[in-house]
Amino acid sequence: MPSLKKAICMQDITKTFGSVVANDQVCLDINTNEILALLGENGSGKTTLMNVLSGIYFPDSGHVLVDGKEVTIRSPKDAYNLGIGMIHQHFKLVDVLTVAENIILGMPGKGRLDMKVVNKKIRKISTMYGFDIDPEQKIYSMTVSQKQTVEIVKVLYRGAEILILDEPTAVLTPQETEKLFKVLRNMRNDGKAIVIITHKLREVEEISDRVEVLHRGKHVGGMMTKDTNASEMTNMMVGRSISLNIERPEPKDPKPRIMVKGLTVKDKDGIAKLTDVSFTANSGEVLGIAGISNSGQKELLESIVGLQPFESGDILYIDPKTGEEINLGNKGSREISSLGVMLSFVPEDRLGMGLVGNMDLTNNMMLRSFRRGKSVFTDRKAPRRLAHQVVKKLQVNTPGLTTPVRRLSGGNVQKVLVGREISSSPTVLMTAYAVRGLDINSSYTIYDLINEQKQMGVAVIFVGEDLDVLLELCDQILVLCSGKVSGIIPGKGADKHEVGMMMTKLKKENKHEPVK
Amino acid sequence: MNLSNRAPIVRIVRRESILNWHGWLIRFVGLFLALIVSAIVIYSVVRLNPIKIYAAMFEGNFGSVNRMWVTLRDMMMLLCIGLGLAPAFKMRFWNIGAEGQILAGGIAAAAVMIYFGNSLPTWMLLSISLVASCLAGAIWGGIPAVFKARFGTNEVLFTLMMNYVAIQLTSYFVAVWENPFGSNTVGIINQQTKAGWFPAILDQKYLLNIIIVMTLTVLMYIYLRYSKQGYEISVVGESERTARYIGINVNNTIIRTMMISGAICGLAGYIAVAGASHTISTNTAGGSGFTAIIVAWLAKFNPFVMIFVAALLVFMEKGSIQIASQFNLNDYVSQMITGIILFFILGSEFFTQYRLIFRSGKEVN
Repeated sequence: MPSLKKAICMQDITKTFGSVVANDQVCLDINTNEILALLGENGSGKTTLMNVLSGIYFPDSGHVLVDGKEVTIRSPKDAYNLGIGMIHQHFKLVDVLTVAENIILGMPGKGRLDMKVVNKKIRKISTMYGFDIDPEQKIYSMTVSQKQTVEIVKVLYRGAEILILDEPTAVLTPQETEKLFKVLRNMRNDGKAIVIITHKLREVEEISDRVEVLHRGKHVGGMMTKDTNASEMTNMMVGRSISLNIERPEPKDPKPRIMVKGLTVKDKDGIAKLTDVSFTANSGEVLGIAGISNSGQKELLESIVGLQPFESGDILYIDPKTGEEINLGNKGSREISSLGVMLSFVPEDRLGMGLVGNMDLTNNMMLRSFRRGKSVFTDRKAPRRLAHQVVKKLQVNTPGLTTPVRRLSGGNVQKVLVGREISSSPTVLMTAYAVRGLDINSSYTIYDLINEQKQMGVAVIFVGEDLDVLLELCDQILVLCSGKVSGIIPGKGADKHEVGMMMTKLKKENKHEPVK
Repeated sequence: MNLSNRAPIVRIVRRESILNWHGWLIRFVGLFLALIVSAIVIYSVVRLNPIKIYAAMFEGNFGSVNRMWVTLRDMMMLLCIGLGLAPAFKMRFWNIGAEGQILAGGIAAAAVMIYFGNSLPTWMLLSISLVASCLAGAIWGGIPAVFKARFGTNEVLFTLMMNYVAIQLTSYFVAVWENPFGSNTVGIINQQTKAGWFPAILDQKYLLNIIIVMTLTVLMYIYLRYSKQGYEISVVGESERTARYIGINVNNTIIRTMMISGAICGLAGYIAVAGASHTISTNTAGGSGFTAIIVAWLAKFNPFVMIFVAALLVFMEKGSIQIASQFNLNDYVSQMITGIILFFILGSEFFTQYRLIFRSGKEVN
């Protein structure tokens, strides 16, 4: 292995947002020929630190040394000039432009633009590191993983020597992750310095050479990956030992609660989002829904709660008390709740759909209950009590009940949302990406809440992206692929690779079809 | 090397929280600075003593008992329209059509006064024209809302265009009701009988205007803050997706809220016709439908704060007329002052939310 060289040295970086200290005198070295994993819970300051390096934030104090010389990074442009490139979680690409056009966007150039030269250079970079990319393809026709590749090539094209990837695997399937790791290794061997921000320990072990851990804005230690193990890293990351096993209590007396038969949903352009989907969700069980993003998970859940009109099919609800079948088909959400059907839904977009970011906790608790009673005025006492209970029971970290929820961190936002949804004692609980972006502690709180509901006889539908979690938490796993059910398997003993294959199976079959 | 030398000269940092009095202090300083800057501008442009100009502006507003009542009357008019706009804007429905809704209400009030003026008792005349004005305003505001809800049309263009339709409609009725013939105006309606006019209360002919609008202010505050419909308005305004998710019928909320908004603007038209000018013309709204947008937004839709904003704007307007006549200036000077004051008030809002950190390490609060 080629010798390591110190590429970047960050010294005593401090960055505060209002009263929150995001980085507290953090020191970090980044070496060439090395993949560094920056590990930490959510809100531990990983992304902030890297944003300082890539010129998005300016630190309150501290020094940054590139190749031993002190530098000032005031903007992302400064960072690019120093060879630092960051690949963000949310891609910043123009859909209607081609790969090559996106890559050169914003770059200075001479009068005439020769796309052939650009394409050639992109192809050269691609073959060098093993990317699979066509410079003339339009962004809108690409998968998430391809878009990510474009972002990486974009950074390389601009001559970056130091690449920072913010949770790059969050949107990828296991196979795509493998592919990404392969190119990362290629880049490392070519002498690049690579930083990946993550909180998935398995990936740290697999890809990184060295790991540095942040905890509550402070740097708590680092070591070579080969000298450590998952439980040691977890201890450093969370500050105390946490069992990595998710509980899966045995289902008690499962009975059908929701029966979906032949559900077909088309979007407004007439493109099928769900095709002939059938399954049964039982009471006292967790039904996991696996699939790469945009395989119809959103449409499925929204059809059940009455937010998504559908073409054909039936959605039946079996009343736990009377055993009566109620057809929820194409009824609005208000109509459904007026039938006494208690559906709770934790949507993927927490602040844009489940909650109102600018409203405080009490007002957000009121969203579900404000219609209650005949008075024309709202009752604020009950929601305030509920907000108080949720904060106490789920240990929501908030300055007070009058804080707008957008000011809370991701985990706390989710606790508020889940807390509200389960407070109505639902008979069906649906969650979409309930632990996305949450740290370990908050994730386990959510798993516990789900199991608690399950043991109370609630039918839980859990749409997830982390296969490890799905395999450990769920009693049944339904795998969606391009809007079709590619299989329903029991969670116990399910093979991760098999699920991964089921998620992508249909895609391969379609590969040779002409592009629409 | 010292980092502070290389930092950007000024950085902007969001405030975590701000004390209430601190915020008001910032706004007060902003107003004070505005007056100083205005004074400098006045002196350098027209070489007049700024203090005298300010005194004249005060004179123009409160120089006599009569003037004071007129100032109050105009304040109430502007406030009333602002109150009408508040629910629509809170719902993020850009109602630029207050002018048209005022005219629609005004036409309805004038029609009732003209056609029933001699056959109905005063209280009945007043109530019928009240209802008719609100209804006309509600329809005028409801049409763009229905189109927005059903077909997704753009409410900014739609409400704006409705203004021109209303102006043309007013011209038509002015022609129909022309009095005396050939004057091209409606003249004072029921000048002899005063039928349908607001009665004087405690000898004050504009007291009823104040009572109506102040009552409305309180009601609107309660409606927006404590009613279920008010809550729905805020949810729809903040996030339509959340509103759908919790089962609010977004289309119905849009239509209902716009009808309320239009109805209150129609009520403003009623007050303008029956309670102030006792006539109708294409100038009855006179641009206050647009000025009221500033009232609603600056007050962040809080009806009680809107009282102060409306007062400020009317004060400036009355003052401008006074300095125009007293110093033989045109009213641009006053518009400049208004502009400077608004600039500083809006600027001080920025400082209530952010603070600056200078390179030297000094913080500005």
